[in-house]
Formats: sequence, C-alpha cells, structure tokens
Amino acid sequence: MPSVCINGIPVTVPDGITVASAVMLAGEFAFRHSISGEPRAPFCGMGICFECRLVIDGLAHARSCQIVVREGMDIRTT
Amino acid sequence: MLIIGAGPAGLAAAVRCAEGGRSVSIVDDNPDIGGQIWRGGPGIAKTRDASEWCTKLRSNNRISILNGRVISADRALQRVTVELAEGALVIAWSTLILATGARELFLPFPGWTLPGVVGVGGLQALVKSGLPIANKRVVVAGSGPLLLAVASYLSKQDAVVLTIAEQAPWPRLVRFGAMLLRFPSKLWQSIRLRVSLLHVRYRPGCWITRAEGDARLQRVHVTNGRTTWVEECDYAAVAFGLWPNAELASLLGCKLDESGVVVDSYGRTSLPDILCAGEVTGVGGLDLSLAEGEVAGFTACGDLTAADRLLQRRKRALAFARHLQHAFRSRPEVKGLSDPNTVICRCEDVTLGRLREVSSWRAAKLHTRCGMGPCQGRICGPALNVLFGWQASSVRPPLFPARIGSLLAEGAPRERQWQLYEDAMERGDSCNNDALQRRPLDRS
Repeated sequence: MPSVCINGIPVTVPDGITVASAVMLAGEFAFRHSISGEPRAPFCGMGICFECRLVIDGLAHARSCQIVVREGMDIRTT
Repeated sequence: MLIIGAGPAGLAAAVRCAEGGRSVSIVDDNPDIGGQIWRGGPGIAKTRDASEWCTKLRSNNRISILNGRVISADRALQRVTVELAEGALVIAWSTLILATGARELFLPFPGWTLPGVVGVGGLQALVKSGLPIANKRVVVAGSGPLLLAVASYLSKQDAVVLTIAEQAPWPRLVRFGAMLLRFPSKLWQSIRLRVSLLHVRYRPGCWITRAEGDARLQRVHVTNGRTTWVEECDYAAVAFGLWPNAELASLLGCKLDESGVVVDSYGRTSLPDILCAGEVTGVGGLDLSLAEGEVAGFTACGDLTAADRLLQRRKRALAFARHLQHAFRSRPEVKGLSDPNTVICRCEDVTLGRLREVSSWRAAKLHTRCGMGPCQGRICGPALNVLFGWQASSVRPPLFPARIGSLLAEGAPRERQWQLYEDAMERGDSCNNDALQRRPLDRS
C-alpha cells in the first residue's frame, strides 16, 4: 500500500490506483481552479479534459486520471 | 506495423497482424491495455472476451506495448512522435492502424462544471481506477445503452444509483426494443442488464436541467418536460453518447465524414498505408470494433480472404449501430439547457453568452479563446457542433499539451532514441500495470 503526499499530507492508498482516484479518496474535490476561480475535479476520466491536472513530483499538467500512484509521490492541487 | 490505441479494435488488429507474421508495436496512453470498455485496474475481473484478447496479445512475442501518447505525426516521413512518461520517441511505420476510439459527448447545462459532475464512462473509468463509490448516491443521465451498463456496474460496486434519466422518449425506446428481436444476442444482453437494475428507477424521456452545490455537487434537477424534481446526490454521471477521437487521423490527412474516419470494408482510409478500425470510424459498439480490428489486421497482412470472412459480421454490427444512433439521438431540449452564464469551454471559462456573439468555431477561437486550452476543443468542440452546427477547424500539432523536450525529440540522436525505446520496452515487458509505471524521476 503506497504512501503518497497530497498537499503535504501523507496518505496511504491502495496499490494500483490512479492519482486522481487517490486524491478523491483523500477527500479533496478541488483539483484545480479555473480561470474564473471555479473549483474543478476529474470529469472525463480518460485523459481528454485535463480537469484532473495536478502537480506531481514538481511537474505541472500531469493528467492524474492516467497516472498510477507510486510510493513517495508528491501530489499538489492548484 | 504501428497501432495507435489498445482498446478492443487495436488489440484485435495487433493479434491478427502478429499471427500473420508481422512485428507490431501498439501505443496507448492508459496505464493498461483494454481501452475504455475493457479498462483494467486493481482487482478488475475482465469479461471472457476481454481476457481472451488481452491474453492473446500479451503472449505474442511479435507485439510490443508502449505506454505513451501520440503528440504529432508526419505523413510524408511516415512517423509519429510519442510522448512517454519520460522522454519521447519518434516511431516510423510501414503500415499504421489507427484505433484511437471515441470519447463521450457532453452537452453543457448549468452547474456541469461542479466537482462531482462527471462523464458516464468517465465515472466508470474513475471507479475502475480506484475511486470509492460504495454508498455514494449517483444519478446517471444523458443517453444511450452506456447509461444502463455503467449504472449496473456502479450498482455492483455498491453505489446507490438513484435514477437513470434517459433523454430518449419511451416510443423511441420501444421501437428500439422491438428492433432488438432481430439481434438475439443483443436482446439477451439488454434483458440481463435491465434485470440487474430492477431496483433502480429507469426514466425515459427525462434529463438533468441543472446541477447545484457549494464547491461540489450536492443535487441535480431532473425533468420529464412537465414536472421537475430534485435528487440529492454525490455524483452525476452525464453524457450523450460517443464522439470519435479522429484528431490524429485528421492531422495525417485521412478523409473524415460526420461519423468519423472514412474507411472501406477492409478498413482502408483515404491514405494508402493507413488503416482505421473501431469507434473512430463511427461509433458502433464493441462487436463492430472487434470485427473492424480483425479486418484491419488481416488487411494489413494482405490476407483479404480472412478479412472477407468477417464482412458479414461487420455489416450486421453496422446495421445495429445505425439503429442505436437513431434511437438515442439528442432531443432539442437537451441542446438548450445552458443559460448565458453557463461555461461552455471549460479550459478557458468561455460562457454561452460570449459564444452567442460569434458565428463560427474559428471566430470563437479568435475572440474568446474557446477551444484553445489544454483539451484543444475536445470537450467543447463536439458540444458546439451539436448546439450550433459549428465545425472545428483543422487540427495542428501538438495533438495534446506536450513537453518541449518531446517536440524536440525528432532532433534527438538515434542512440538516445534507442535507449528510450529499450527502457520503455523493458518497463512494458511483463505487460502489466507495474511494468508500465514510470521509473522514479532522476532528480539530477
């Protein structure tokens, strides 16, 4: 069961889940904020809409719905 | 032989090609093979069909699987640039099979951008990827048989599916049901589905008019055109059918029509070395995708006789697909749900009010930035096509937001290319989730 950091808080998540699911599992529903400040969360679930984008290990624009969690990942919403 | 997309069509094509003696590389941007309908994930049991095809693929030494995304393509040089988790590869083809599948069609309504409003296949994908759904209240809405399939899946995961709102009216569904008598296996499938959902309210002729909530979804308003009621819920899964992912085909110069990429009965596009199979040629469901995938695989190997044997199956599947499209087409009301303040382009927050001031897709892009965000119009484009009849303008690379390093990949030295390829192959060798994950970042 990998342990990841979501906005600085360590969370243990099931093996093999995507980052998007891990963040929602951790109760975080605002993945990013839109241009006009609306909170947004995963929408299409298949890597097309980019609403799920997060900063993963320092790299922005990661499509979290298509990335599987790894031990020690640093995940941040924007 | 290069195949883009490892859903049913891509898998079937890869297996038939490899059985025909060709060496095949298949590229997909998901962590596992199977596309949307056969999406894998932790503890997901596959259907027998899915297991068989995935096993055939994984056990064939001539097939290598690459986890990456095509960001650009060069028709003349016959090559694509694939962005990987780390780095990018330029891959040349002698024959290319596009099996890029379809995405969901979303018709905007007030509140559709709230966290918790998701696609229908989208919610299934999220749940299969680990989203907990047990005891969560879900409204499934929009149109098409996918609503039932997903509602059934969610129910089995212990979600509380409050209602299924199908916008197609009863008379159309009854006629569709009668037509199913001609397709016994489909009829049986539908009956099984409906029986698995007897505890859920299935409401034809109903649709969601708005979603509300404080920072996330809390309730939706549902109507049948006469009365409206409220459903308190945690998720609303809403989509109105599928739309082909034809952007790569378009970039390459393949001819498209209103259904998708134009192909003949052997899967050949308007370009000699490019074949196409599956939902991207026109939404038609699993059986058609498999048939088309096999046909494309046989055609690519030059075995037209084997392809011929599948033509009848393909024709039948196409006929069924046409009935489906007709039965579940969008009624006028669901095209008019948005108000002037409803965001249409989610990437750039462009509202309907602003879009009404322009008269074409191109003008919208220029004046409002609609379609210029990360999704490059994949979400708002189809919606505006349905709402206003706007045609998206030509596709340009990169097909998706890409790292600058990936765009420069074509200039990378060959040794670097080979190293990346070997690393990617090594990671993908056991062809499962673990192997397809990226390696730890090199922080130097």
